[in-house]
Amino acid sequence: MNETVTFFSGFKINDLFFLGEAALQTLMIAAISISSGTLLGAICGWGLAEGKTVVRWTLNSILDVFRSVPLLIQLILFYNLFPIIGFDLGPFASGIIVLSMYTCALVASVVRGGIESVQQPMRRAARSLGMSYLQSMRHVIFPIGLRAVLPSWIGVALGVLKDSALVSVLGYVELLRASQILMTRTQEPFLILALAGAFYFALSYPLSRYSKQLEERWAS
Amino acid sequence: MDYNFHWRPVFNKLPDLLEAGLLTLEVSLLSMVIGTVLGLLLALAKLSPLKPARWFAITWIELARNTPALFQLFFFGFGLGAFGWHLSPFLIVLVGLSFNNAGYLAENFRGGFQAVPENQYRAARSLGMTAFQATTRIVIPQVFKIVYHPMTNQMVWAVLMSSLAMMVGYRELAGETQFLASKTFRIFEYFLAAAVIYYVIVKIILGLSRLLAWRLFRYE
Repeated sequence: MNETVTFFSGFKINDLFFLGEAALQTLMIAAISISSGTLLGAICGWGLAEGKTVVRWTLNSILDVFRSVPLLIQLILFYNLFPIIGFDLGPFASGIIVLSMYTCALVASVVRGGIESVQQPMRRAARSLGMSYLQSMRHVIFPIGLRAVLPSWIGVALGVLKDSALVSVLGYVELLRASQILMTRTQEPFLILALAGAFYFALSYPLSRYSKQLEERWAS
Repeated sequence: MDYNFHWRPVFNKLPDLLEAGLLTLEVSLLSMVIGTVLGLLLALAKLSPLKPARWFAITWIELARNTPALFQLFFFGFGLGAFGWHLSPFLIVLVGLSFNNAGYLAENFRGGFQAVPENQYRAARSLGMTAFQATTRIVIPQVFKIVYHPMTNQMVWAVLMSSLAMMVGYRELAGETQFLASKTFRIFEYFLAAAVIYYVIVKIILGLSRLLAWRLFRYE
């Protein structure tokens, strides 16, 4: 037995599974935060566009904070705030809550833009045809506004997907954190980072291309 | 709630935090300047008929836009180490942010160049201006007006992104905050202070940009 103890070992096939699992975590965190953030953001955006001045002002100043403070700081801040106010949430739950709020703040301004992009005459026409407020929202403003802002919504969603990498600061093992762990062990930073980067790129690039096409098609 | 807030250590270290805030401003401003120059060149390269130049620009722009900024910092920090290039933490942040800014700004500039009608250039040339004069005196000022607001946004993003410096060991505002917080374990208090400083920095930038816009575009 002349086996020597080595601290660093090369990149193995197993590590690919480790990375793959971490990539799934990234996808999961992003998917949950984007969907809940979009729902919340739609409501907030509606409030921003149609609410009374007080509502608009309050919502705007709250959401503005999430847009003006770095996400990294928000994550650490809330991760440390939750235990203080009595909720001992792990990195996963804290990460999702913060990312959802962040998404909500970004989506809200997108949704407001969408609602405001539908001109007043169109809305009056819908109402004068006998539609109720909710009906005009659902059948007129929603479909027209959606066209105007779907590309920017995709942009926001991709941004959140990429920003979900920051949850690693809380110690949650998502893709970038996993690659950091592997880099420390295998001492092969270039290969591993290239793999992680390729994953993000493969997700983000086709979607951003698609959104650009949508934009061009709908603009004409 | 059995947590006692201790604000005293934060107040005592406030000068350090503010000084670190200046570093944040410095690194993000520098990265904006470099990013603007590179972004202009990339935009011109993407519009040029030369195929290699176009491909180079497209690769840069798409990589910068479709991977997380944190990944880019890691790449310039650890990935380049594989080739024996070891950058200092400041350089990692500066190079990473400039790379990212250049990618995003290039797309804005390209949009700006395409929005200025070709005839403006032709008219300038037919009035006897040289190609250089026509570009710098007729085309660029109009492009600048179009990209002014996106550039302001990018500046805000640069400030927010610079907080990622914490993850590569550069002690600007976020890094300094983490350093101080880990010495005293007053994590929440310190990061709340940092969040407030970031918020103020962002508001100052937006305010200045609005003032500047009022001064620059008052004859429009």
